[in-house]
Amino acid sequence: MSQAEGLKELRGPSPLWSFGLLRSELLTTFRRWRTLALLGVLAAVPVLVGIAVRIETSDGSSFGGGGPGGGGGGGEGPAFIAQISNNGLFLVFTALAATLPFFLPMAIGVVAGDAIAGEASAGTLRYLLVAPAGRTRLLLTKYATVIAFCLAATLVVAVTALAVGALLFPVGDLTTISGTRITYAEGLGRALLIALVVAASLVGVAALGLFVSTLTGSGIAAMATTVGLLITVQILDQIPQLDALQPYFFSHYWLSFADLMREPVYWDDLVKNLGLQALYAAVFGSAAWARFTAKDITA
Amino acid sequence: MAPYEADDNTTGKQDGDLRVRRRRAARYVVPVAVMGVAAATIGLVPALADSGDPDLPEITAQQLIEKIARSDVQQLSGTVKISTDLGLPDLGGLESGLLSGGPASGDDEAGSSADPSAKLTELVTGTHTLRVAADGPDRQKLSLLEDAAEYSLIHDGKDVWGYDSRSNEVYHATASESADQSAKEVPATPKDLTDQALKAVDDTTSVTVDGTAQVAGRDAYRLVIKPKQSGSTVGAISVAVDAKTGMPLKFTLTPASGGAAVVDAGFTQVSFAKPAASTFDFTPPEGAKVTEADETAAKAPEHGQKSQEDLAKGLEGLKVIGEGWNAVATFDTGARGGLPTASAGGELGDLGGFLGSFGDQVKGDFGSGTVFKTRLVNALITEDGKVYAGAVTKDALVKAADAAK
Repeated sequence: MSQAEGLKELRGPSPLWSFGLLRSELLTTFRRWRTLALLGVLAAVPVLVGIAVRIETSDGSSFGGGGPGGGGGGGEGPAFIAQISNNGLFLVFTALAATLPFFLPMAIGVVAGDAIAGEASAGTLRYLLVAPAGRTRLLLTKYATVIAFCLAATLVVAVTALAVGALLFPVGDLTTISGTRITYAEGLGRALLIALVVAASLVGVAALGLFVSTLTGSGIAAMATTVGLLITVQILDQIPQLDALQPYFFSHYWLSFADLMREPVYWDDLVKNLGLQALYAAVFGSAAWARFTAKDITA
Repeated sequence: MAPYEADDNTTGKQDGDLRVRRRRAARYVVPVAVMGVAAATIGLVPALADSGDPDLPEITAQQLIEKIARSDVQQLSGTVKISTDLGLPDLGGLESGLLSGGPASGDDEAGSSADPSAKLTELVTGTHTLRVAADGPDRQKLSLLEDAAEYSLIHDGKDVWGYDSRSNEVYHATASESADQSAKEVPATPKDLTDQALKAVDDTTSVTVDGTAQVAGRDAYRLVIKPKQSGSTVGAISVAVDAKTGMPLKFTLTPASGGAAVVDAGFTQVSFAKPAASTFDFTPPEGAKVTEADETAAKAPEHGQKSQEDLAKGLEGLKVIGEGWNAVATFDTGARGGLPTASAGGELGDLGGFLGSFGDQVKGDFGSGTVFKTRLVNALITEDGKVYAGAVTKDALVKAADAAK
């Protein structure tokens, strides 16, 4: 476990030492079978979507456009799905739009919920704290690990989608949703930017999960609570009577990443989303700090 | 910050416990403070950013109207937020189906979701964000921003393109055809709305300049148009006119009954620089379904045609009673017995009963009828099949019906 490596490098707190702690945390997290399985599930989503669209359009028809309900009803399914068969790059956007509401934050919830509570229930937390890293530093390291997982999870979805899209569908210059043309290189740039924005959209959930993780000594309870909160917020976000509260739900502006595909880019909602995530990270990050540094560690 | 912090105090353990507990509780001040700062920022920053109404030289209403008329903005780009609240019940998809009628209501053979006349009727209810760009009379673009999709109407030289990114459908017409017209039919920008309102200005209207305002970061005069007569449902129309260019930046229509504005359309961001040329370039994306305007017309479904004929027949008898803001349009549907009631049976009967539940029953010298109310337009359908409609109150409608008897 991680404390073994941590103890080996025990030289007193120094920036280099923190880096060692972070590295050992990252290795522990990404070597877990659980983490790899989560990433595998995430990678399967674009593959499934790509194959489904490929089969649906194999007779030469376009997806969505001629579907049931036609006309105005052509917009069923995740965003951008109608364009995939014409340009594989759109699979990246569709895959992110399909995984962002649930799969991605669920994976983050599992990793973040496990961060502190998992160590506590495995009885390894006190050994981590024996090292003179201090609780604040340990918490920051844990949060950094979760953020790294956010980025890795998003990139896994995006890169798989890019590969599957390039294999199954034609690629080339693409049309933005505003109707203007951009080159494939610029499209790739936008795809990367969108992946980064999606990863940043998960920062709020990560902080929430970390806070829940400091509240309990059971890893399973922390994961279940985080994922439960996620589902609750998603449901509340659909209730029209709550529209005064909805702008403050962490998931409310998630799909604003699609605004990056407009020409010119429409920044309003994107900025709101990033600001909201920063606020959640600050509030729940500091709440996690308040809880974790004041807690009696018994396991 | 050792794992067991509370164990260093053996004498006076109670005091120590209390102190430790206080110190621990104090840490929670941090998240609470962060939340407080955020709430204060959200609440105060807009108030602080609002630097008050700008100082502009005095101007008369007449001069301001002339300024609007002289305004010749050829190049602009900006974002418009438009909210309409007619007080109609929210019918969701049903309403768009009813409003767009024949050509576009989900009939694959005949219509395209990219047909502008179908798409722009969506603006009738709710809040929408639009983007407008213009470069001279030949190149304009209007985009309706939707969730993860966009509907763009692009006028470039002799081509008019409608592109619906959600369904990847394209509508194409040449500017001489009707599509150009239908694009103009639905007023969306503050300027379109203001032109409509100024058409109604006559001696039954009071027009004043009511100070100044800041709209989309620009200094503007506020022009207030009010009906002089009573009986109109229109309370006031307020237009913010850009002091430099004379371009209307914000249009607000408040009802006489008070409450939120019925129509509120204003720029949230505007620039009078020349938009990038690529904004107006459009080539249909690969695989997109392209509908030509003349095709649609040829293939318009029979039922749509028929209902339009019926409508046209009804409109033949259209008369306008009264003048100015209290004008009431009236026509005879020829359907004796007023609304088909539920007892009439059939699909139409059900619809009649359904509609009847929205209306108020009224009686007068003309007989009796049903008044359908929205926050702006009211309509009276009498038992003998006459329809009176206008932006007037219920009483004014009944009066008009009595007078016509």
